[in-house]
Order: sequence, then C-alpha cells, then structure tokens
Amino acid sequence: MFALETLSKRYDTGVLALDGVNAEIAPGEFVALLGPSGCGKSTLLRLLAGLEAPSAGRVAWDGHTGAPAPGEIGFVFQDATLLPWASAAENVYLPLKLRHVARREAAPKIAAALAQVGLSEFAGTRPKGLSGGMRMRVSIARALVSEPILLLMDEPFAALDEFTRHKLQDDLLALWARTGKTIVFVTHSIYEAAYLANRILVMSPRPGRVAADLQARLPQGPHRRASGEYVALVERITACFREIMPT
Amino acid sequence: MRRMVEILAPYGFGALALGGWQAAVWGLHVPPYVMPGPAAIVSAYFGAHGVLDSGLLATLAVTGAALLVAAMLGLVLALLMAASPLFRAAIQPWAVIIQVTPVVALAPFIIIWVNQPFACLVICAVIVAFFPILSNTAAGLAATPQELLDLFRLNGASRWQILFQLSLPYALPDFLTGLRISGTLALVGAVVAEFVAGSGGFASGLAWQIIEASYRLEIPRMFAALVLLGMTGVAIYAALGLLEHLLLAKRNRA
Ligand SMILES: Nc1ncnc2c1ncn2[C@@H]1O[C@H](COP(=O)(O)OP(=O)(O)OP(=O)(O)O)[C@@H](O)[C@H]1O
Ligand SMILES: [Mg+2]
Repeated sequence: MFALETLSKRYDTGVLALDGVNAEIAPGEFVALLGPSGCGKSTLLRLLAGLEAPSAGRVAWDGHTGAPAPGEIGFVFQDATLLPWASAAENVYLPLKLRHVARREAAPKIAAALAQVGLSEFAGTRPKGLSGGMRMRVSIARALVSEPILLLMDEPFAALDEFTRHKLQDDLLALWARTGKTIVFVTHSIYEAAYLANRILVMSPRPGRVAADLQARLPQGPHRRASGEYVALVERITACFREIMPT
Repeated sequence: MRRMVEILAPYGFGALALGGWQAAVWGLHVPPYVMPGPAAIVSAYFGAHGVLDSGLLATLAVTGAALLVAAMLGLVLALLMAASPLFRAAIQPWAVIIQVTPVVALAPFIIIWVNQPFACLVICAVIVAFFPILSNTAAGLAATPQELLDLFRLNGASRWQILFQLSLPYALPDFLTGLRISGTLALVGAVVAEFVAGSGGFASGLAWQIIEASYRLEIPRMFAALVLLGMTGVAIYAALGLLEHLLLAKRNRA
C-alpha cells in the first residue's frame, strides 16, 4: 500500500503542475491516471518514482517516507527508449546489470521476462530489427525483470497503431491477471483507461487534482471491449470530464 | 548495370580530364615550367620521391599527432562541459573565439612561443582541428534521452555507469562525425602551419616541398607535392570513414 498525501508540485519555472493530490493505492490495483494533456500526469508518475521531489506533501510507502530502493519501481515510457547498440536480451538485462547482478545469475530472469512478453525468439535482435510494438514489449520486459513492487507506465501505447495497441492492451491485462502487479498507467484516452484499469483516477486540467475516483469491474475475456459495462464506464468517465473541463 | 556506371563515373571523368590535360599540354606545346602535364608530374614524383615521401611522412606525423591531441582535448572538454554547466559557460565562448580566429594569424605567435618545430606545427593543427570534435561530442552528450537517464537513476546507477554505459555510447556517432571532419582539418592546419613557419619550421613537410620547389621554379615537383597532399586528405577521410563504419556496424545491424 502506498499513499499520496496532499502532493503538490511547482516547477522552478513557476508552473504549478499538481495541487494537493490525495490517493491511496492498494497492492494489486490497476490504476489508470486519466486526464487532458498538461494536467500533470507525467509529473505525478515521476513523483511516485522518486525522480522528482514534491514541493509539498509526500508519497508514503507503507506508512514511511523515503524513495523506493533501486529496482523496486519499473518504469515504461511513451517511447521504448532501448539502447540501440544492445540486443533485446541485453536491454532487458540493463536494470540488473546496473545493480551489478552477474550475467549468469540474471540469465533465467531475462529469459522469463522476455517470455512474459512473448519475445523469447528475439533475444538476440537489436532494436533496429524489431517493430514498434516489439520494442515496446522489450521495454515492458525491461521494467518487469527486476520484479518491481510497482509498475509505472506513461502512455506506453500512445505511439502505436491501433491493432498493435489492442494486442498489447490485452497482453498487459493477461500479465496483470497472472502476476497481480500493482500498476499505475497514465493515459489520455478514455477508452484505454476504461478498458484496462480496475480503478480510474480522473484528473482535472492544470493544476492537476483528482477530480473523480471511479471503480471498474468489466468482464474478462474476448467480449470485454463490446460489453455493456465497458460502454457504461466510458459514459461515466465522459460525464466526469463534461463537468470538469472548461467550456 | 546503372549502379555500375555510377560507381565508375568519377574514374571515367578523372581519366578523361587527365587525358585532355595531357593532350592540351602536348598539342599547345606548353612548357612544363608554366603548366606541366600529368606525365611530367608523375615523372617529377619518381625523380624526387625520396624527398617527397619523407615530406609526406613528416606532414602525416604532424596531422596524426594533431588529430590524436584534438580528439582527446575535444572529448575531455566535452565531458567536462556535460558534467558542469558552469564549466560550459566559462569555456564555450573561448573555444569559439579560438576557432574563428584564422590559424594563419595565430601561427606566427605560436612559432615565437614554441621553439620545438614539431610541437609548434602540431599546436597549430590542433587549433584548427579540435572544434568539430568538441562541438559534435558535446551535442551528442547533451542529447542523451531523459527517459534513459531516468531509467538509470531508478536502478541506482552511479555517475560512472551513466557515463560509460549510456552517455558515451550515445555520443559515439557524433564523436566519430566530428573526428572525420577534424581529420581533414588537421591536415589543413598542418599545411597552413608549415607555410607560415617556412624554413623556420620543420623544413621537410609536403607544404614546405611546395614552397621550396616554387623557389626553384620546379613546377612539376610542386604539382607532385600537391597531388600527394590531395591524396593524403582523401586517404584520411576514407580511413576515418572506415573506422566509423566498423565501430557503428554493430548497432546498425538488426
Ligand atoms: N521539467 C519541467 N520543468 C518545468 N515545467 C514542467 C516540467 N515538466 C513538466 N512541466 C509542466 O508541468 C505541466 C504538467 O506537465 P506533465 O508533463 O506532467 O503533463 P502531462 O499530463 O503528462 O501531459 P501530457 O499528456 O501532454 O504528457 C505542464 O504545463 C508542463 O509544461
Ligand atoms: Mg505526460
């Protein structure tokens, strides 16, 4: 369990990105952070990861403050940002390598992470030889390899074509069901948030606040995208935005 | 077929130009002290190849040493600039000033201050050559993606890990581009310095051979030295291109 306690962030430039965000996130939740561009979603994620210090408030981990230890956070960015000179396996190895885990000891973990994203056959391929979707899978494997307690994803599928995006969304859902990881997933797509998450934090335009906290329970399986629950959820979220967006 | 023709085109053009040149010299009975033909130049080379070859070696030694120093200097300065914004602010304008001041104007000062002729020529060539390495490498280091820096920090990476496993490999293509530009500039710098230094300098490089041959009105030998300089420039450019290709081949393959 971790908690965001009246978290605020004002950048040196004077921009107030977040203004008193409160939320508690329980282990195993799949939380979507949904909001318009510039509302501070990325900022919130960076605060969670300890990459940026809050101006006020704090992120409490199981009640105590302090940055998470190296490797406890898995981060997936909008671009895959792989090392272009390294193979898929070497890219996945990176987080362990940085923490001085020997290659031999890491090998089974690397293999497992690549298997989780269905890329076992491409272990030796460099980014040049992978499609956009495959690169993103490698990026996800890289985030999973250190078995993080929290997986943070910042619009990871926004740059992919729709077919690939749907496929990766389904894969991510399967991965979540299998591993029970706690995931915070940033998106500015209402449909993506509704489809993936079991909880949706709707953020107001800048300065970002939590404007609504919605629970979701969609049916599993192939009919999820066409289910009545999904449509109803999209409608609920849309109604939220109609209230908070300036006209 | 089309590609073949394109590859062969520059050689064909060169052969045609040389042939035309030789034919004009013969046909118009131009004396070799006005304008020698290719044949006279080649025979001038073989007539004095001992001096010319050692001149080539001398100029190559200056160029090579200058390129080495410029590469290290440019790399170290770029790293320091990447590490410290204050250092960058302090150094950058001076690097630009040194770069934009014509080396021909600087060379006489260096000749006065530095007594050792080899060192003197190398310093002149370094001044001409170091800037592209510095600016390219600095730009490459500054372009390290923020996300990857974040990823390294999330995994507790040290400064050295960031430098050697991320920033330097990321800047490698830019460094090599700078090196390629600097390679030919180092040759230019060496030649300019030899010209300015004249007999007071090294008194054996290829540029000096041109000056000396001109004093004696040995025009074919002047041309022979010039051709050697041109070929040296092409060879340096090609060699550094090959180095670039070899070092980057891995990341360009799938
Ligand atoms: N490093 C920074 N320095 C100054 N201002 C920043 C910085 N990063 C973000 N901002 C500003 O903070 C606000 C929130 O930015 P943030 O990137 O968190 O928004 P976002 O919700 O992720 O937007 P998007 O959907 O476009 O990614 C923006 O106005 C942005 O310009
Ligand atoms: Mg963002």
